[in-house]
Parts: sequence; C-alpha cells; structure tokens
Amino acid sequence: MSLTTNDVNKIAHLARLGIDSQDTESYAKDLSGILDLMTQMSELNTDKVEPMAHPMDQAQRLRHDNITEKNNRDKFMSIAPQTEDGLFLVPKVIE
Amino acid sequence: MYNKSLKELSHGLKNGDFSSVELTHEYLNRIKQHQDLNAYITVTEEIALQNAKDADIRIASKKADPLTGIPVAQKDIFCTLDVKTSCGSMMLDNFYAPYNATVIEKFNQTGAVMLGKLNMDEFAMGSSNETSFYGAVKNPWNINRVPGGSSGGSAVAVAAKLAAYSTGTDTGGSIRQPAALCGITGLKPTYGRVSRFGMIAYASSLDQGGPMTHSAEDAALVLQTMAGFDPKDSTSVDLPVPDYSANLNHPLTGLKIGLPKEFFSDDLNIDMAKKLAEAIEEYRKLGAEIKEVSMPNLKLAIPAYYVIAPAECSANLSRFDGVRFGHRCNNPVDLTDLYTRSRGEGFGKEVKRRILMGTYALSTGYYDAYYVKAQKIRRLISDDFKKTLTEVDVIMGPVTPTPAFGIGEKMSDPVEMYLSDIYTIAINLAGLPAISIPAGFINEMPIGLQIIGNYFTEAKILNIAHQYQQTTDWHKQTPKGFA
Amino acid sequence: MEWETVIGLEIHTQLATQTKIFSGASTAYGAEPNTQACAVDLGLPGVLPVLNEDAVRKAVIFGMAIDAHIAPYSIFARKNYFYPDLPKGYQISQMDHPIVGKGHLDIEVDGVTKRIGITRAHLEEDAGKSLHENFHGLTGIDLNRAGTPLLEIVSEPEMSSAKEAVAYMRKLHELVRYLGICDGNMQEGSFRCDANVSVRPKGQIEFGTRAEIKNINSFKFVEKAINHEIQRQIELIESGGKVVQETRLYDSVKDETRSMRSKEEANDYRYFPDPDLLPVIIDEEFKAHIKANLPELPHAKKLRFKTDYQLDDESASILTTSRALSDYFEAVVKASGSEAKLCANWITGDLSAALNKGDLEITDSPISYERLAGLLARITDNTISGKIAKQVFEELWQSSASADEVISEKGLKQITDTGAIEAIIDKIIDDNQDQVDQYRSGKDKVFAFFVGQVMKEMKGKANPAEVNKILKEKLQG
Repeated sequence: MSLTTNDVNKIAHLARLGIDSQDTESYAKDLSGILDLMTQMSELNTDKVEPMAHPMDQAQRLRHDNITEKNNRDKFMSIAPQTEDGLFLVPKVIE
Repeated sequence: MYNKSLKELSHGLKNGDFSSVELTHEYLNRIKQHQDLNAYITVTEEIALQNAKDADIRIASKKADPLTGIPVAQKDIFCTLDVKTSCGSMMLDNFYAPYNATVIEKFNQTGAVMLGKLNMDEFAMGSSNETSFYGAVKNPWNINRVPGGSSGGSAVAVAAKLAAYSTGTDTGGSIRQPAALCGITGLKPTYGRVSRFGMIAYASSLDQGGPMTHSAEDAALVLQTMAGFDPKDSTSVDLPVPDYSANLNHPLTGLKIGLPKEFFSDDLNIDMAKKLAEAIEEYRKLGAEIKEVSMPNLKLAIPAYYVIAPAECSANLSRFDGVRFGHRCNNPVDLTDLYTRSRGEGFGKEVKRRILMGTYALSTGYYDAYYVKAQKIRRLISDDFKKTLTEVDVIMGPVTPTPAFGIGEKMSDPVEMYLSDIYTIAINLAGLPAISIPAGFINEMPIGLQIIGNYFTEAKILNIAHQYQQTTDWHKQTPKGFA
Repeated sequence: MEWETVIGLEIHTQLATQTKIFSGASTAYGAEPNTQACAVDLGLPGVLPVLNEDAVRKAVIFGMAIDAHIAPYSIFARKNYFYPDLPKGYQISQMDHPIVGKGHLDIEVDGVTKRIGITRAHLEEDAGKSLHENFHGLTGIDLNRAGTPLLEIVSEPEMSSAKEAVAYMRKLHELVRYLGICDGNMQEGSFRCDANVSVRPKGQIEFGTRAEIKNINSFKFVEKAINHEIQRQIELIESGGKVVQETRLYDSVKDETRSMRSKEEANDYRYFPDPDLLPVIIDEEFKAHIKANLPELPHAKKLRFKTDYQLDDESASILTTSRALSDYFEAVVKASGSEAKLCANWITGDLSAALNKGDLEITDSPISYERLAGLLARITDNTISGKIAKQVFEELWQSSASADEVISEKGLKQITDTGAIEAIIDKIIDDNQDQVDQYRSGKDKVFAFFVGQVMKEMKGKANPAEVNKILKEKLQG
C-alpha cells in the first residue's frame, strides 16, 4: 500500500495540519512504509474476534449530578492567545 | 546523599542527618553541573526550595510520609499548576497549566520536593527522546547515545542522579525502554492503577504513568504514592492499593516464570540472549521454575499498536488548535489558516506523522481494514497473555532488541525506530503491569530484563525484581562521572 | 407531475440536569460568557470526561416513554471535526450503540392518528456558541453551553407534510416536558430541530436526494421552513435541476433556506469509540428503579381519565398535555367532591382562557386548586348557580379570598327558599297576564320569558331548577 502526495495533502487537510510542500514527498514515503508494516495484520483471519477498545473489561462509572466546578474564567483566559470581554477570539466564522 | 536509596534518604531526613533543604540544594547543584545532558526542560528551583522548607517543618513535627522532603522530578507531560507544562512540544512552549494533575496533587500531599519538569519525546511520541522540541537528551553512559524514550529525561535524571527518583509515562514502552537503556528500574503499572487526569494524553487506552527509580524497593515507595482510584478518570480502577513494600522479601521458591519463545527466537541479538539467560539463571537459583510458553499473536503487536495509538492521538491532539491555549500562528487570515498554521508550526515531524497515520486509519473506507482489525488483534494478544498467565506467575523477556543506539542513527527511518519497541508494546495493548530492571551490560551499555505480571500484581512484580536486586548489583552501577 | 414529500426530524433536547454531561460545571442558562466552562469543558490538555448519571437516567426515561429498546450496552464515540465552538476538536456522541433504540410516537393530524417511528435517541455533548458581533472583525467564542447534555432524537423519514412534522415536534415537545427531562425552552435553545426534507414523484419507492435544514427553532418556522424547502426542491427539479445533498440554514427573517458551509467538502467525521469512556451498562436493576419512579405516561393517563372520570376524548387530551395540568385537575376533583366533568369543563374552559389571556402556565395560576375546588363545591351543593359562579371566578382571579368569602361578602348565595321564589313568581304572573294567556294557548316559548323575568328580579340568585318547577306549576294554573 503506498500513499501519494495527493493522499497526504487530503489527510493533512482533514487533520488541519500544515505541512511544508517540500516535506509532502517524505511524509508519503514514511506513511507508505508504515502501511507496509500494517499489511501483516491482514494475514490473520479475525472474523470471529470481538474488537477490543479497552484493556479493562469494566463499565462506565456514573457521576452524581452535583455542581463541583466554580467560575475560573480569569485563570483560563490568562493562558489564551486572544480574548476580549470574557470571550475567546478567532478569525470570523462564516456559516 | 544522592547515592542513597529512598528508604535511606527518608531515614536520614527523619533522623536529622540532613535536611530536605540541604538535600534539595545538592540536587539543584548537580542539575546545573550536568545541564549538557539536557534532562530537564524546566528547573523549578523556587518551588523546590519552598517544598523543602515545608517538608523540613513537617518532618520536625513527625508527620512525615516516606517520601516527604525527597526531591523528585516530573515528566513534563503531567500538568503542574502555574508551571510550564510543555509535553516536549513547541505547541505548549507557552503553556502554564492552570491546574495540577492528580499524580502531582498526590506528590504535593505527601510533601515531595519538585525539582522540575523533565525532557521527553514530543507528546510522548518517540523511542529515543530525539523528537523533543527542546533537543535530544543524552545518555550518561555514553553521551553519543540516546537514552531511549519517550521518558528519556526521566531515565537520565535518575541514572545521572539529578533527582532521587522521577515519574514517567508508558504508552508502548516509554518507561521501560529508557529505564533499560539507562540502567535504572522502571515500572509500568496496570492500566487504570495510576490516574491519567492531568497527564497529557497520547493514546488514552494505552497511557499509564509510573515510577522510575534506582531499585524495585524505591519503585514500591513511589508507586504507593502514585497509585489509587481517581473519580476524575473514568478508566481509573476502584480497587484498594496494597502495601507494595510489604512483600518485597518474600522468597521466590516455586515461582513459575514463562519465557515466550517468540521473545527468544533467533532474531534476538546474541549478546542480549546471553545476558538474559544469565538473569534467568539467577532466578533459577532463587528457586523459580522456568517454562517455555508461546504467544503466537505477539508478532502483530507492532502493526496493531501503530494503528491504535496514532488513531487515538489524532483525536487527542485536535484540541491543540490555537484558540484557548498553546501556540497560535501570527495573523491568521481565516479559521482554516488559524488551525492549519498553528498546528503546522506547533507540532514536530514525528507528531505530524502519527496524526496523519491516525487520521488515515480512521477515515472512511479504511476504518475497518485498519482500526477495527487492529482492535481485533489487540484482543488476540490480550487473550494470549491471559492464557499464559494461567500457566505461569510471570513472563520474562527482553525490554529492547539492543542497548542504546546512537543519536541520529534511526531518525531517518520511522519503521526502524518503531521496531525498537517490539518487546514492550504488547504489554500496553493488554494493559498489564511490567517492570524493567537492570540486567547487565553489553559493550559498557546497560540492558534491561522485563518482568510482566498479571493485572494488579505490581506487588508481586516488585517482589520478584527486588529479590534479583538482592543478589545482583547491576542496579547499583553508576555511569562514569556521575557517582 | 404530482409530488410526494418525505420528512424526518432530528431533535436535539437539552437534558435538564444541574451539571454538564461530562463535567461538574453548571448548565444554568444566561451566565456571563465562559464563567461556566471548566477545564473539562474547555478541553484543556490532560482533562478527562466522567459521565453524569442524571443524563443517563433522563435518556432512559425518554426511551421508556416512547416504548423503545433501552440498550443494555451503549458506547460513546468521538465525532471528529474542527470548529471553534467545539473545544476538543471532536464531539463526544454515540454512533453504533445509542442508548435508546427503536421506539415510536403517535401524532394526530386532522383527527387521524399516525404512528411515527423513532429510529434512535443518543446522548451527546452540546457545543459552545460563536458570537458574531464585531470584535474588530473577529468572532467571540463562549463555551458555557459546551458539554451541556443533549439527547438527539432521530425520527424515521415517515412524515409526509410540514403539518405532520409540526404535530410530531409538538407531541415530542409536550412529552419531554411532561417527563421533566427537558425544560423545552425553545428561545434558549433547549429544544432544537433539524429537518431532513426530500421530494419524489408520487408512487416512487426510492427516496429523493435530501437536504438538511438546520436552525429551525419554533413550531411556526418548522412549518414555514419545510414548506419553503419542499417548494424549492420541486421548482428546482421541474426546471431541470437536481437537488444536492447539503445542509441548509433557515433564515426566519427572509423566510428562506440557504446553503451552509457550501465550500466545505463532504465531512469525514472519523467516528471511533472514545477511549476515555467505558461502555455504559444499563442493567435490569437500573431500569427497574427508573420504571418504579416513572410518571404515568400521557397516553395511559388519558385512557384512565376517560374511563375513571368519564371525560370525552378532547378534555382528556387537553388535561393530559402536562403533568401539572393533570395533577391540578385531579386535585380539584378530589377537593371539591364535584363531578369530574364539571371540574374538567371549568379547567379547560374558564381557567384555561384566563391563563392564556395572561400568558400564564397552570403552575402560575392565581387560583389554586383548593380555591377552584371551593367554588365548584358550591355549584355542586346548589349554593350558587353556574352563572353566578362565573362572577365568583372573576373575583377569585383578582383576589386571594375563598369562594365562600366572595359569596357571602357579595350576597351571591342562591335563593332556594321556595316561599320567596313563589312570591316573586306570583307577582310576575300578575303583571304579565298577556304572556300568561299566550303560554296557556300553547306558546311554550314564552316560558323562557318568565324564567328571565324571575332571574332578573332575583338578581340571578334563584335556583334555576326550583324556578322552573314552580313556574310550571303556577302557569298551568
């Protein structure tokens, strides 16, 4: 399985990941190499196997519906790149 | 003082032989002296001295815990309130965490002294500590060699005695592999034993924090502080924490050790095989029975891991978008530009590679072939372990294929780098606990022995490791110039 | 060509919990921006979600109310996309294993009952809000709403007109409020609707290409937006065009839908199980506990009202639209000892009219159930007539007095003393001999004239039955 630079650009866009155009080729090569590693998996028949998402065979714990968090806006805003009037600012959102 | 065990340090502090402030100064000096190793990203001198003063008061009022007043350094993946928490990335170079990780809270409560934050592979993605935004960490046994990763700074801080002990995190071997390559003891607990809250996620179903120390005896004390149920972590397991030090001296007579033939095939480096055979022999002398076992699906651990971990990381790292914290590009023209450039600039090459890989594996048309397939293989590997652990008490094997390789040697070939985790990755897929302990040297570079136990049998693993460390002195070796 | 419409609705209901679905921050509406967005809601590095029990409970209550399968095992998945109101870059939602499976809801349109299938209902977290005010040409992000629990209720594409869609939406709105799982406040966004609309030539089996209309947050707009969209699609196809699968935004000011995020390529959300959350296991014990505390459901209650109280279908329907109203009704019946029918008529009649006029809910009624019961008891024991009762009702609405106080204060007590009634009747017969003659010659209609005269003379306080009886005797001579 090998990926083209076009594939890499598509994936990078899905991940909103800026990649220098001169690096695209090497990402394509690296990812293709990693995908080759993956092909080993297809050699094994796993039709009857349940996928395992978690090492622990446990149920989700439920939290009581009690308010435990206080307003901590100033602290959180102090580490944000751009804020005003208690809002996080981003370039204009067009819908 | 820095050559003492944690038990000795604790005793010395309580006895008044030295104060926590004195001890802390000694470590701070050593950190300055050995800056070239690049083990620390941030040294928190002020906090350390304040912690030490508080600890001295606590010790004087006889309210000390075993770790009170002893200096620790934290992997820079644990959020520490108002202290830079970079995760080894430019993305978080400006991130001063607004809260403490649960693990950090636990160390604070016990009165530990925080010396600083340790270097690591960027977002814990790497096996050599070369992907850090803050540069490669050097192995004190040979400064041209890598220390392993991703907890490379943590391993070096202990090996070079720049902290009495440290913390690490292990997603595919990130505690055990650097521990082995630096000649220290590193324990990856059972998944769910140590809280992940405040530990910046790489791959959530695999990540687990644990202690990095000189010995199993030290590791028992540190795990005692780190372990425990955390209501803030849904994957944290609500089981009582046993006394990890209580059974360290339990004899090993009748212990059943399994050696997977897949670990000891002809592929294993001949020197490594020889060293491991010597270590196993030591166990035989201690009364253990040795048995060959087979886990046929182990060979698929690497491909399964390199689907699952990148898939999880591709989503985990989406929150780094330049909106609420972390790096933001200059003058974004629109939203897409904000995201693409902030992330493009903030992340290094290996992180990008894994995000791309994970995004691809989850995308329409590939999800079943990659992600679901990998999860099925994960089940098979886990079942192999479960079955084997009904036949034997523990499984032993190598930690790494070779001793530490040279800095720069494997950076150009990611697949080659990934293969260096071949003996550790399967354990994370299964969620089992495992320890790496020093087991000798090859060409003057340390190597490790891995001991894998059943779920929540950390006490047993520590006991087995401790018994070996009572009859060998590999763990007491110090690299030249650091004694 | 004749066209046929196919509509499916996706309704997002904010569950009325105290805290977020995955954090302990408050969900109260209207706080200062970002003051109710904690570290977990902001998606800070290292934070983890823990599931709110009450959100799960409310989802299960809903499932039981629509007779749905409650999944014993459901899982949360990450839906990946980038948007500034989505802090983690993924929304925690449910994909393959939703908590509520197939169920149904019966709607009535033009007197005909139709069963609408509900495909599924799943739990997920709400996003924050983008504020498009002018911050130097930038957009402000408020994450207070981020993490508010949502139950997304997805219908089968089984509605064939905007009218049916509105009926379904109203019925669902009534139900979630009845169950107390959602406050239903549409202005505040607690109950939001997306509609999938497509058209196809009548008789065709395959569905046409659908458009999803977002942001329709009132019953009025749902009808308008859907009708508008149906028209647009038909016109487009008839003029040789093709409907494209897309998301459209309803603009209530211009009354039109327009394409949204049109430049964006088809989304690839890359759903996968959230590794930070474990499977939600709903065992029999959990379900039994909820079932034991489940309120009587509207449909069952309506049937009970019809049999136990002998109410007609319409009254029973109205009285069971909300729990508060049906509770009020039953309390009045019990406290007044009056016929249920009388109670129902007063509640669905005078009281409802007065409440509507004042834009009040039954819970805000100025007349408590005790005071209305006091009034109806006096009708039942003949102390006052129905007509006088209306007068007393007005007084009760204005003051806090009891019906008995109003009756005695204003001297409204009905005269049942036959002697007094007889005296008045005798006088009226004497004064109106012409009419007496007419009556006696067979003009029965004149009888009403005498009743009116008596009532007028007695200021309406005479017992009508008594008046009728005596009048008849006297007139027959």
